[in-house]
Amino acid sequence: MSVDKLVIAGIEFNSRLWVGTGKYKDFAETKRAVEISGTDVVTVAVRRVNIIDRSKENLLDYIDPKKYKILPNTAGCYTAKDAIRTAMLAVEAGITNWVKLEVLGDEKTLFPDNEALLEAAKVLVKEGLIVLPYTSDDPIMARKLVDIGCPAVMPLAAPIGSGLGIRNPYNIKIILETVKTPVIVDAGVGTASDVALAMELGCDAVLLNTAIAGAKDPIAMAEAMKYGVLAGRLAYKAGRIPKKLYATASSPLDGMIGS
Amino acid sequence: MTITLNGEEKQVPNNVTITGLLAFLNIQRQRVAVELNLEIVKKDAYDTTDVKEGDSLEIVSFMSGGT
Repeated sequence: MSVDKLVIAGIEFNSRLWVGTGKYKDFAETKRAVEISGTDVVTVAVRRVNIIDRSKENLLDYIDPKKYKILPNTAGCYTAKDAIRTAMLAVEAGITNWVKLEVLGDEKTLFPDNEALLEAAKVLVKEGLIVLPYTSDDPIMARKLVDIGCPAVMPLAAPIGSGLGIRNPYNIKIILETVKTPVIVDAGVGTASDVALAMELGCDAVLLNTAIAGAKDPIAMAEAMKYGVLAGRLAYKAGRIPKKLYATASSPLDGMIGS
Repeated sequence: MTITLNGEEKQVPNNVTITGLLAFLNIQRQRVAVELNLEIVKKDAYDTTDVKEGDSLEIVSFMSGGT
């Protein structure tokens, strides 16, 4: 079973499920979950190297950058300045010039600071980076981000790690009609049906982490997410029936006995 | 000499370049980025960039992380 390919900034992706690498038990589990999810895009954080203990293994010894598109994020940044600095360091590290740009506004909600996000995105686009911004489910902000050169937008479904699923499908719908770029739902999904719903709305991909890594069985959930994305995309392409208030019989009325 | 490395004071050899410092720290240069006094140092300048007493360095790489 396969679905149509996703293309962003001229790069073709086989999977419409993108996954993060945080919160797993160990690198071996991360690798298995990533493999079984069928993804080809893996997000990573940019952090200080452990100077004291050089014996520790590296994530990229398990997740081969030749096999997966490595997408560094600016997670944990609360100012445009910090996000720009982190993104530029990520590029200098030499694997990619793509970045998932995240500028947070509040520790409790981890909602994006859209004003700072736009400011940072402008700078990084000018620097030649491929900027994928994590934004609120705000169609106006999505349009502004695309206008300044982002090749896709990543509106949240719900707060990061909340597992609430898409809180405002109508806004996501409006974003899909507002921008011509791919729309990737990022953060807040909890289970496979949430992912399927995002895809049925017409979203181009879903990025998630906690929903897999935090599941009782992350490997099984990684597989469930894979099918959730496939089912949702296929259903979207197939075109669902309209919702109606009353019944429509599916068996013919002709030839009923006693008629 | 003493420098500030990833936020902590660290004793390193005198008269060392970025290349020399990475070797001293046993860090492969391929997947790291280096910031010297808040300026990113390009990889091709590692051999010619000197680290001096009191400098502040950040050495970062890719780690497990969320969406």
